[in-house]
Amino acid sequence: MDFLNILTLALGEMISPTTITFVLCAIGLSVHFGFTGLLNFGQAAFAAVGAYGMAIGIITFHLPLLLAVLMGLVASALFALVLGIPTLRLRADYLAIVTIATSEVFRYFMTTIGFASVTGGSNGLSQFGKEFWAMNPIPEGDYNLGFVSYRSDQLYVLAVGWGTIILGALVLRLLMRSPWGRVLKGIREDEDAVRSLGKNVFAYKLQALMVGGMFASIGGMIFVLNLSNVQPQTWTTNFTFTIWSVLLLGGAATILGPIAGGMIFLGLISLTQGIMGGLVEMGWLPFLTQPDVAQIRFILIGLSLMLLVIFRPQGLFGNKKELQFNG
Amino acid sequence: MSYLLRAQISRYGRIAAVLAVFVAIFMGPAANAATPDPGAPNGSALLIKGTVKNEKKPVEGVEFHVTGNGVDEKVLSGADGKWVLEVANKGIYKVEINLKTLPKGVGLRDATANIREANLTITNTAAVLFPLGKDTRVVQPLGDQVLVRLFAGLNLGLLLAIAAIGISLIFGTTGLNNFAHGEMVTFGAMFTWLFHAELKMPLLIAAALTIILSAGFGWLQDAALWKQLRRRRLGLNQMMIVSIGLSIVLRQVYILAFDGDTKVLSSEYQTVNIGPITTTTSSIWSMVISVLTLGFVAWFLTRTRIGKAARAVSDNSSLAAATGINVERIIRIVWVMAGALTGLAGILYGLQFQANYLLGAQILLLLFASVTLGGLGTALGATVGAIIIGFVVELSALIIPIDLKYAASLIILIVVLLVRPQGVLGKKQRIG
Amino acid sequence: MASEVAVDVSKIAVGAVGPGCKKVDPILIADGVKRQFGGLTAVDVEHLEIPRGLITALIGPNGAGKTTFFNLLTGFDKPNQGKWSFEGKDLAGVSSYKVARLGMIRTFQLTKALSLLTVIENMRLGAQKQPGENFFTSLIRPLWIKREREITETADSLLKRFKLDAKREDYAAGLSGGQRKLLEMARALMSSPKLVMLDEPMAGVNPALTQSLLDHIKELKDTGTTVLFVEHDMHMVRHISDWVIVMAEGKVVAEGPPALVMKDQAVIDAYLGAHHDTDLGSVGVSTDTTTLKLTAQETD
Repeated sequence: MDFLNILTLALGEMISPTTITFVLCAIGLSVHFGFTGLLNFGQAAFAAVGAYGMAIGIITFHLPLLLAVLMGLVASALFALVLGIPTLRLRADYLAIVTIATSEVFRYFMTTIGFASVTGGSNGLSQFGKEFWAMNPIPEGDYNLGFVSYRSDQLYVLAVGWGTIILGALVLRLLMRSPWGRVLKGIREDEDAVRSLGKNVFAYKLQALMVGGMFASIGGMIFVLNLSNVQPQTWTTNFTFTIWSVLLLGGAATILGPIAGGMIFLGLISLTQGIMGGLVEMGWLPFLTQPDVAQIRFILIGLSLMLLVIFRPQGLFGNKKELQFNG
Repeated sequence: MSYLLRAQISRYGRIAAVLAVFVAIFMGPAANAATPDPGAPNGSALLIKGTVKNEKKPVEGVEFHVTGNGVDEKVLSGADGKWVLEVANKGIYKVEINLKTLPKGVGLRDATANIREANLTITNTAAVLFPLGKDTRVVQPLGDQVLVRLFAGLNLGLLLAIAAIGISLIFGTTGLNNFAHGEMVTFGAMFTWLFHAELKMPLLIAAALTIILSAGFGWLQDAALWKQLRRRRLGLNQMMIVSIGLSIVLRQVYILAFDGDTKVLSSEYQTVNIGPITTTTSSIWSMVISVLTLGFVAWFLTRTRIGKAARAVSDNSSLAAATGINVERIIRIVWVMAGALTGLAGILYGLQFQANYLLGAQILLLLFASVTLGGLGTALGATVGAIIIGFVVELSALIIPIDLKYAASLIILIVVLLVRPQGVLGKKQRIG
Repeated sequence: MASEVAVDVSKIAVGAVGPGCKKVDPILIADGVKRQFGGLTAVDVEHLEIPRGLITALIGPNGAGKTTFFNLLTGFDKPNQGKWSFEGKDLAGVSSYKVARLGMIRTFQLTKALSLLTVIENMRLGAQKQPGENFFTSLIRPLWIKREREITETADSLLKRFKLDAKREDYAAGLSGGQRKLLEMARALMSSPKLVMLDEPMAGVNPALTQSLLDHIKELKDTGTTVLFVEHDMHMVRHISDWVIVMAEGKVVAEGPPALVMKDQAVIDAYLGAHHDTDLGSVGVSTDTTTLKLTAQETD
């Protein structure tokens, strides 16, 4: 078993585009759940809306990249409105069920043959990345970062992704330390108390839903730009649950939490899969096969969700005093 | 032995028992799963395949259109009725049967199910079944089609009702929205497959064993997990998230233990014609068993002491405890019952439709839709809601594209939660 | 030591004193407010006027409808019928947060001090007109930092007044029950409300803190704030209120200065008839009656 290779892969995974996507989605979920107390189990749909919005903007409407990104963000805001207006007055667990159902409905709509002319159906969309890649300022070639070597286009995506994360984290920090953020934290604990002080709770929840949703949409866009295609089967409930695990691991009401949680969680999954794969190869785990190992990641996600919620709901960096599950 | 030590040993003992169960599931059937698929030219190729038979005779020349993941191909069935397509990428594909290529007078048994999914995300082979029967398309006026759909809807609804009562009882007595409930249905289907299709036990014995195991699974969940969490005074929303995590783990365990392919529980069926409706004996039996089971549950909840106690706990557990009812014992009994009922639902579903690891996930939202529509917490409500959902799912096939069938029921769920969250029969409580 | 304070009823009420009587200077007027739950009528108030600048107590046995009435007036519940106005503004159907913005702040029976926020953050949340609470403005710190400083100053002075300044940086979860009540009251004052509505301010507070709470409520009158509070305990009521309204079974059964109300037969019936075990203090012992100039007794 090439342990060095496994370790290097895991370290690489910690900063990979997949991790970038989950981190951004988790930051969004942090706004929803960590700061406002909304049990949003449909974050995958927000990411999908952003991704599809941008891709359709480029392919169907021939928009330049920046406008297409804007279109994706507008679609995300509209989705938040459509989702939020009827549902934000629901009890927490009902909201969870409705958001899961909505996320699945969206995925079915993206898959169905009926809309395939715009969405690509189960094949999805591709060929929308030209302008993105053309903007790559890094000259051709390979670059060595420690043990790993990256091509110029890979480095470009990493730079764009992590740059976005840092920018997003700064904006979030600004927001949460402002009076606006304070109102959200009040809402998280007791909506009536906040209403009695003159704040329009419904409007704030809607704003929180939109802000968090946009973070996820940007995450979705980066994901599909990296792969140069968008497919409906990416945005499953497993995608949402991974985001939740990342968030809970790092710490729900923090800014560092989603970032650290994403890197650690996805790095650990890669490490575990690598080690188990190696063990299977060496014949040490006779009852497992290589395809089984690929599925281990989901067991880890499920187990971590359970264990975190039971034993350490505030995650690594969260403040237990600040955590609120509303029930 | 000190109290603390005993408590520690007891806790670790229980964890060990749970792990042992999981390992046992690993080692048993998984050993069988390693055999390569006969008939495949190369053991590790990705294949989508199937066999078409009409009245047990193979049908040649039927065309299948496969799309997805960049693939857009057509294949024909051979003289042996078999067809196969090799693809390059893992993923989910759609297979559409070209009805024009079927021989005269032969059509799909389920006329609306002409597009099916082939799931190659886990396994290397996906078998897609298109059961054939008398061609009913041409002659069916709308009224008859509706009748067919209503019948199918009733069938599905009764089956959903059995599982939904489990969710309703658990929610009523403990307040938990159990997201792992779908996986309990899968449990029933999988073990029936194991006992009946693999180990060749007679169906009745396989079913009985499965129900006993399912009941035991329900008992285990409460004893090893939920009771401990209640003791820790974990919030209800936190427990909901735990159940979500559990559902993910269980799904993966099923893949590891039973493989990701779709299981056929029983290939014996006898078609029966009731007027315009073509159905099978297993469907009729399923409906009879469902009705009998629902009747039994109704009798249990209204006439027996334990049943009444369960309803009391559902209504107000502290009041029930004050009258001397042992609430924890009632909850345990409820879990055992829910386990048995849901296992039975799994058996019936698996026998009539199909069984794979995704069964639970697909059915879960239908179950939530049923329970919510009928009124969370009332067993009668769950039944009414389930039957309505069954109708919606089947009738919607008449108006909307087949691949949006589930989406329709989900939309109903969303609408109900928004408009009348207490459901059709439930009491209006503060939902927001 | 007892001192006598003369209360001139004619300065408060117009004409005869009785349930639903008009006031010289009402701040809140309610008409025909009805709230029914299924077959049960929880609130049925024909007419009620709350006098401005005074401390009015709303008393009555359990289930009289006091908190429901509160909820209706402040927009936390919708009546089946009725209208009411605050400072002349029609409030029927106005949502709770808008009512608060108009200057009517309420507290809750089960204290809603936000445990997950610190004491000072709780206080800052109580302020209104903070541009930083708008999403877009919040991103540009210079636009709201000045107001934030003002708010913090107000908060600190209130905390000092309520003797909570030492707990400034603590999470509200770490305060005692009585301290949380004080915090909720202090927070309610952050926006300089015109009418403060306290729902059972003494509930669950240990007796040592009760006097301090009472003093704070009295202080409110000095700043021109009108106070309406719901209370069970008649002793409290007698000590600080200028006016008492008695509700029973959803209706207003008596009104007037405390001493008069205590002797009112309807009130006695309401309490004893409902088997409410509140000690009415000196009901039946006092002999002072007939003149217009009524006395209210105050003990130190």
